[in-house]
Amino acid sequence: MTQSILKESLIKTLNGFKQVLPIILGVIMLVSLSIVTIPKSFYESIFTGNKIIDPLLGAIFGSIAAGNPITSYIIGGEFLKQGVSLISVTAFILTWVSVGLIQLPAESLMLGKRFAITRNVVSFLTALVIAILTIFTLSFL
Amino acid sequence: MTNRISEKIGGGWIFFIIVAIFYLILLSFNFPLGKDAFIKFFELLQKIIPVFILVFIFIFISNLFLDAKKIAKFIGESAGIKGWFVSIAAGILSMGPIYMWYPLLADLKEKGMKESFIAVFLYNRAIKIPLLPLMIYYFGLTFVIILTFYMILFSIINGLLVDKLLKFKKPII
Repeated sequence: MTQSILKESLIKTLNGFKQVLPIILGVIMLVSLSIVTIPKSFYESIFTGNKIIDPLLGAIFGSIAAGNPITSYIIGGEFLKQGVSLISVTAFILTWVSVGLIQLPAESLMLGKRFAITRNVVSFLTALVIAILTIFTLSFL
Repeated sequence: MTNRISEKIGGGWIFFIIVAIFYLILLSFNFPLGKDAFIKFFELLQKIIPVFILVFIFIFISNLFLDAKKIAKFIGESAGIKGWFVSIAAGILSMGPIYMWYPLLADLKEKGMKESFIAVFLYNRAIKIPLLPLMIYYFGLTFVIILTFYMILFSIINGLLVDKLLKFKKPII
């Protein structure tokens, strides 16, 4: 491998990173903001006890929330203790990791607007289906 | 006018400037909250620097060794079943925040990576092997096994659906 190929690849990578750096920084700033502005207690107050609305609410708030998946497990665990249905908690933790409204501008800029919107909508819907199927399967075991 | 500015400085910088202005407004109206957000920002930034370096190395290696032909073989249109397995495994094994992987995926997409495989990769990022013990602690082993199985299965359905929807001539979204 020649030095010129190495140099060319390095320059190409650096140029690519120069373009994505402001997007990454912007997303981290938005994620930080959402973490400090939305207290964990907020999530506890959103559920109504309705068997149809609650999974939908769980999925919606999981899509808006951002942060480490560990946080979603801890919040999900607390939800269960408070009597929130497992199906709602499953929808919540699934959309937390698979749907990202806060990251949507970055995903659109780098992977294309149509792709980003389609993927997030499909992921939201499949999260609901997985939540239903998981609980349905668990009921047989 | 907006398009001209966007072309000149890039959409990424416009996005960053909008977020930065939002932070400035927040700081002027609610200084403690803005300060907390800034502290959190630097904490997160510190955590993701190693991942950032890792992604940089991956992109550099991909620029060095991967060309359109090789991409097509493993994760391109002609990859077949191999492509699904590669995308699932890569998604599960990847670490750090999801947005750190967008640059690499954008680079691979440019070289010919199939969009359905990108969707599969991103969906499988939800399965994190190091976090499974914690998930088992909170929700139980049976729940985690069933959920993980459905997540892998639906990542493929997800990829197929995204592919089909994107192939429509008229944008549906």
